[in-house]
Amino acid sequence: MEVFRHDLVIVGGGGAGLRAAIAVVEADPKASVALVSKVYPMRSHTVSAEGGAAAVAAPDDSLEMHFKDTVKGSDFLADQDCVDYFVDHAVEELTLLEHWGCPWSRDADGRVAVRAFGGMTAKRTWYAADKVGFHMLHTLFQTSMRYDRIVRYDEQFVTKLLIEDGVVKGVVALDVREGVPRAILGRAVILTTGGAGKCFPFTTNGTIKTGDGMALAYRAGVGLKDMEFVQYHPTGLPGTGILITEASRGEGGYVINSEGERFLVTRDYGVGQKAELGPRDMISRAIMLEIAAGRGIKGSYGDFVQLDLRHLGEAKIMERLPFVRTLARTYAGVDPVFQPIPIRPVVHYMMGGIDTDIDGATTLPGLYAAGETACVSMNGANRLGSNSLTECLVFGARTGQKAIAYARGASAGNEAPLLRQAQEEAARIEELRGRRKGGERIAQIRREMQKTMEEGCGVYREQASMQESVRVMAQLRGRVADLQLEDASKVFNTEILTALELANMVDVAETIAVAAAARRESRGSHACNDYKTRNDQEFLHHSLVHFEPGGPRLSQKPVNITRFQPEERKY
Amino acid sequence: MSDVQKKKFIVTRFDPDKDQVPKTQEYTIPVKPDWKVLDALNYIKDEVDGSISHRWSCRMAVCGSCGMLVNGEPKLTCSTALSDYGDEVHIAPLSNFPVIRDLVVDIEGFMDKFKSVKPWIIRAKEKAVEEGPCRQTPEELHAFKQFSMCINCMLCYAACPVVSNVPEFLGPAAIALGHRYNLDSRDEGAGERNEVFRGEGTIFECSFANECSEVCPKSVDPAAAINQAKLLAVVDWAKSFVVPRGGDK
Repeated sequence: MEVFRHDLVIVGGGGAGLRAAIAVVEADPKASVALVSKVYPMRSHTVSAEGGAAAVAAPDDSLEMHFKDTVKGSDFLADQDCVDYFVDHAVEELTLLEHWGCPWSRDADGRVAVRAFGGMTAKRTWYAADKVGFHMLHTLFQTSMRYDRIVRYDEQFVTKLLIEDGVVKGVVALDVREGVPRAILGRAVILTTGGAGKCFPFTTNGTIKTGDGMALAYRAGVGLKDMEFVQYHPTGLPGTGILITEASRGEGGYVINSEGERFLVTRDYGVGQKAELGPRDMISRAIMLEIAAGRGIKGSYGDFVQLDLRHLGEAKIMERLPFVRTLARTYAGVDPVFQPIPIRPVVHYMMGGIDTDIDGATTLPGLYAAGETACVSMNGANRLGSNSLTECLVFGARTGQKAIAYARGASAGNEAPLLRQAQEEAARIEELRGRRKGGERIAQIRREMQKTMEEGCGVYREQASMQESVRVMAQLRGRVADLQLEDASKVFNTEILTALELANMVDVAETIAVAAAARRESRGSHACNDYKTRNDQEFLHHSLVHFEPGGPRLSQKPVNITRFQPEERKY
Repeated sequence: MSDVQKKKFIVTRFDPDKDQVPKTQEYTIPVKPDWKVLDALNYIKDEVDGSISHRWSCRMAVCGSCGMLVNGEPKLTCSTALSDYGDEVHIAPLSNFPVIRDLVVDIEGFMDKFKSVKPWIIRAKEKAVEEGPCRQTPEELHAFKQFSMCINCMLCYAACPVVSNVPEFLGPAAIALGHRYNLDSRDEGAGERNEVFRGEGTIFECSFANECSEVCPKSVDPAAAINQAKLLAVVDWAKSFVVPRGGDK
């Protein structure tokens, strides 16, 4: 087996991974970083983010306001030390991106422009029209090319962490192109693989968002934190789930029901004066209630409501929301200049993820995580729109700096036992390739997983259906071990990749269901019909799910509350 | 259901472990009226033949993974409506690239070209983060914005007659990207990039066939970028005789 040696290995080449890589080589110009990604970095799902990235910039804004908005948005489940660190470092990170060439939209005087976003009390969302993730990702990727010490391993899929005496020392990566596993050794590993939206049937996420990093950490014994909190974005296109950005509402768009009524204004859904700019959890619930009350519009992909941008006019739509116009025309057949856009709530983001501390460190020495795959936690039970792109930068950078500082003092480890583990992993992958003897089809298991997750862990949840999801997921965990594969070829075998991704999703989905069923209250995105209110007495804590051979083990962890005491979350 | 429409997909297959040359394989499947070409390929992969290999991710025309030839034309398959085609649809890998497997092409050559234009901000002295963001007017932004919209989908390379004859040609996307930085008011690296542009196999190879701009799914207009870059590279070269290099910044 080929072996590659670096100081540090980063798994994932999106916003958090690229920012971490740059932070590492800037902190230590001699450091050698492996950037391992299952796709070319510019394909990473950061590319699909649209609306913007939050950082205090306007004179009528303050760090304290950003802090309070974020904590309140989280329904008081965010760790407040992390939120403080986040808001304190947001501006410098977006400024760095500006210096690196990100084409931020500008005011007439040349200053970076900011726009309104949901749950934010001031305009603080920096934007580049409505392709912010695309521009941030390409800026980071292109800037990373300046550094020869960042060595890319493109289209290499990490299947296992290499651990010696309880310390992480590298990874095994399947080279998709060649079909051979490789050992990539490093004295620290950072996981930056993004979310897991594909555990659900209807999601904004690209097909690559399969919870790979979460599954790697989970199987290595690290807890997954707050997995029950799945963000439904209020405005996805029916059928495809393609994201229509919250910036549409930030720029003044209306959400209307079948009667043309702005129900977020006319009815009490708890968003108060914010109306369409309420937080995502509340707006998604309002839409589901409107549909349940018969005020949705019938469609071939389920009932929907509408996002109306017509009053903004063509000029503003073309300046601020040109991508939304293209997406609506291409994927919904409507031109938002003249017609409202059909929308319904869609799985968008995982608030939960790999349990880390404020440095991005996990409980497993040598293993770090940042970005959506991590739960640091600054998003708690509900993330505010435009906080996550900035999170990738702020905690990507910090985690990179902390991980390389750790790696400098760590030993490279004893290669022989690491390579034995890698050989075992290679044998496991080889057994899976073209595995004809199996009895289960990939697409079938995926369908069953997605169906049970939607039924049990939707916008509104019930004990009975959550328990059913727990039961089904445990069963699928067994069945996914018996997949039947047809493709025995080595070269660019995407079937084996899909099989490995499915196994990751099944593990991650099960943790979501288990954590959801145990939280007998309603908080943030977790809305239970059986327990309709927040219960701080019993549930003001993070949930942790650990891997056990017999099934997930659940525990709790306290929330760090520094100065903003929980209060009723009303807007 | 009687209204289920079927289409035949004639897909180019190639597995270097087994095949000397590419072959085609036919799949007749039920399709939905709102499907894109990619939806059909994914249906085949999931339900009919798990051994077919293609790249895709975002399915919203921004990640740039799913470029292929559809009936011979370079297309992003996730945004190309099936309804635009008849009962038979040919799907093949992008032309002008080595094929790795089935519909997957080798873009390593492009990644090298991409890096060679130095696609990052170059300044004599880097601005400290404490100084805050640079001022850049909407007009200054507009000057390069269009050329920053490239998603690296490679359709322009598949369409370019020069790439087809001279594979080492720097090519439309890479030139547009270098030009994008040259036009950015925050950048001072035009001199370095123009040296790259004046090298062999670069901008002056372009025969201005305009095929790149016609297939570009993001209206980047790389042909315009190449034309402008030619002019700027010549002007910059001429100026080098009268002003010391870098002295005019």
